[in-house]
Amino acid sequence: MPKLLKDQTIVDNGWQILPKDFDGVLPEGPCFVPLGYWLANKHNLQSPESIGVWLDAEQEPEQLADDIGKLQHLAVNFPSFMDGRGFSIARLIRERYQFSGELRAIGHIVPDQLFYLSRCGFNAFCLDALALDHEAEDSHKLEDYLATFSVTYQACVNEQQPLFRRRQA
Amino acid sequence: MYIYDQHDKTLIGERVAQYRRQTDDYLAGKLPDEVFLPLRLQNGLYVQRLAPMLRINIPYGMVSATQLRTLAHITRKYDKGYAHFTTRQNIQLNWPQLEEVPDILTELAAVEMQGIQSSGSCIRNVTSDEFAGINADEIEDPRPWCEIIRQWSTLHPEFAFLPRKFKIAVTGAKTDRAAIQVHDIGLQVLKNADNEVGFKVLVGGGLGRSPAIGVAIKDFLPAKHLLTYLEAILRVYNRYGRRDNKYKARIKILVKAWTAEVFADKVEQEWLQEIDSPSTLTDEVIAHAKAFFTSPAYETIDGESSEAKLQSLAAEQVAFGKWRDRNVIGHKVPGYCAVHLSLKPTGVAPGDVTDSQLEAIADLADRYSFSEVRVTHHQNLVLGDVKLSELPELWQAAKQLGFATPSIGTLVDMICCPGGDFCALANAKSIPVAEAIQRRFDDLDYLYDLGDIKLNISGCMNACGHHHVGNIGILGVDKKGEEFYQVQLGGSALDDASLGKVLGPSFYAHEIPDVLERILNIYVEQRIEGESFLDTQRRIGIAPFKEFIYAKAA
Repeated sequence: MPKLLKDQTIVDNGWQILPKDFDGVLPEGPCFVPLGYWLANKHNLQSPESIGVWLDAEQEPEQLADDIGKLQHLAVNFPSFMDGRGFSIARLIRERYQFSGELRAIGHIVPDQLFYLSRCGFNAFCLDALALDHEAEDSHKLEDYLATFSVTYQACVNEQQPLFRRRQA
Repeated sequence: MYIYDQHDKTLIGERVAQYRRQTDDYLAGKLPDEVFLPLRLQNGLYVQRLAPMLRINIPYGMVSATQLRTLAHITRKYDKGYAHFTTRQNIQLNWPQLEEVPDILTELAAVEMQGIQSSGSCIRNVTSDEFAGINADEIEDPRPWCEIIRQWSTLHPEFAFLPRKFKIAVTGAKTDRAAIQVHDIGLQVLKNADNEVGFKVLVGGGLGRSPAIGVAIKDFLPAKHLLTYLEAILRVYNRYGRRDNKYKARIKILVKAWTAEVFADKVEQEWLQEIDSPSTLTDEVIAHAKAFFTSPAYETIDGESSEAKLQSLAAEQVAFGKWRDRNVIGHKVPGYCAVHLSLKPTGVAPGDVTDSQLEAIADLADRYSFSEVRVTHHQNLVLGDVKLSELPELWQAAKQLGFATPSIGTLVDMICCPGGDFCALANAKSIPVAEAIQRRFDDLDYLYDLGDIKLNISGCMNACGHHHVGNIGILGVDKKGEEFYQVQLGGSALDDASLGKVLGPSFYAHEIPDVLERILNIYVEQRIEGESFLDTQRRIGIAPFKEFIYAKAA
């Protein structure tokens, strides 16, 4: 069973990610459908506990604005770990559209990005996306990457007051 | 200067620990090259032609005597005993060992220095005016704003993987000395009719392959909105900047493709959604930042009497007078001045300093200028708060140490990148060309007669030597494995910013001094009383230069 780091714990990942050009009948089991499929079929997709939506890096979370309240699972794809668009998308989903469900990073990310990803609102990470070899996992536990820094200057999803306001307090 | 509190200290310590672990993992084969690459870049470590190169931030150009002594120690212990000041107020080590970089960063952290985001596709070291806080033409000291931006941009989780590097410069003066028009974001501190502080915001300036002058997208941004507005610009760029071609990935390309109006509107829409969020600056926060940049304990001095003494000394000692004319700048406080320490002696790469020179500079700063030094983007240093009465003594000391080359602002006070001698990106060498020019133009009276001329040399089109904004720009190019040099005329990075135009076909390195001499001869022949080189060139255009140079060469 593939694994997922979710809310700082490693759990089984039974979710499928359907391809971007997916069309037709949904497979058995929980799955993330691509944004385009969701927009075309959302009236027939009424099971938020087993159907989530994934966005690619160039797609606009604005298109989901009206649906976010109905969804419990969202995912954002990183075509490459150097492509940082997903960080902005995640903040918009959390801060502007107030999404409180699971927000998953899929595609290609590296462990040293976990701290920034979680600050921007991701709370679930596919381990296969992290492309980890086991040795690296041993030397530094995945959960530890989420706590690399105890000080942050900026306001972000996980800390709504910037340090300059906390300093003054 | 800004002084770290326990938050800053904890953060920088955790950053060093993170990088030590990343380096260990890399050396143990647990981190592949392509993953380690952006991690080391965001700590300042490049891998260059001959060795790694470590770029250390000097935020907005302010460095203390203590920090300079640590830099000297580091160059001795970990490098070959010298370092290089860059055109963006940073300092670089050319020969560190990759394995030792975590130790270097540990030693730097102890004196509140770091290399965070000094390279890579992220927000770089914020730069400013070397005369911040001391020049009479200042509207407001830009450094508190720079420090607020430094903290905001440091380890910003949303903007660490941008399409490309991102540079911000701030000026608080009426005359722009921070080249804000050629930065991704340029900020000019202003006061409106009600005496409220704000910023004029420029975007999309930059050098490199597609040089561009920044355009204003906000004429007056009230100061408290600084960070929310910057965040809106960065978010629009992060989402929509091109990522398919690294040569088209800078924000200037996006601004051009959309037009400035469309870009400004997109930023405005984004910003209005976040306006008044907790990142809005409060009066207390601004006051807190300003408290680090108060005036030092100036003495009350009779400036006129000091001035009279200096004038009589200048009459006796011509060399002192010449040095003072070129290398000493006025100060807002009577009886004080700012002094350039030139890093452009003939035969030394522009911006290079040895370990013992770094220590000597620290000593001069302790003795004459409240233990602080400023780094200029012309690759010189400035002692910002020197008593006029101590100028003769400082001149003697600077002369002995080799920092008194009286050529600031002249042709031989060149900006020059490390070039093909050091840099893996370069197409051609730049340092030997600079040296040949210094050797040819060694007559100070001739240089003074020519007046202010900015000569900028880059070894490739990435333009680290800012050749596009030199009044005379020289660009190294590679043609079938041979090094050639293209000459451009008419650039400027000041208030009248403009990009130079190419003179014509490129030259061999050995031809460059002759070509320069001909260019200068045309200027001398054609100038009208009081005209600078740039004035004359703009008036007569490029054609007379072209005709004369290529006719003679043929």
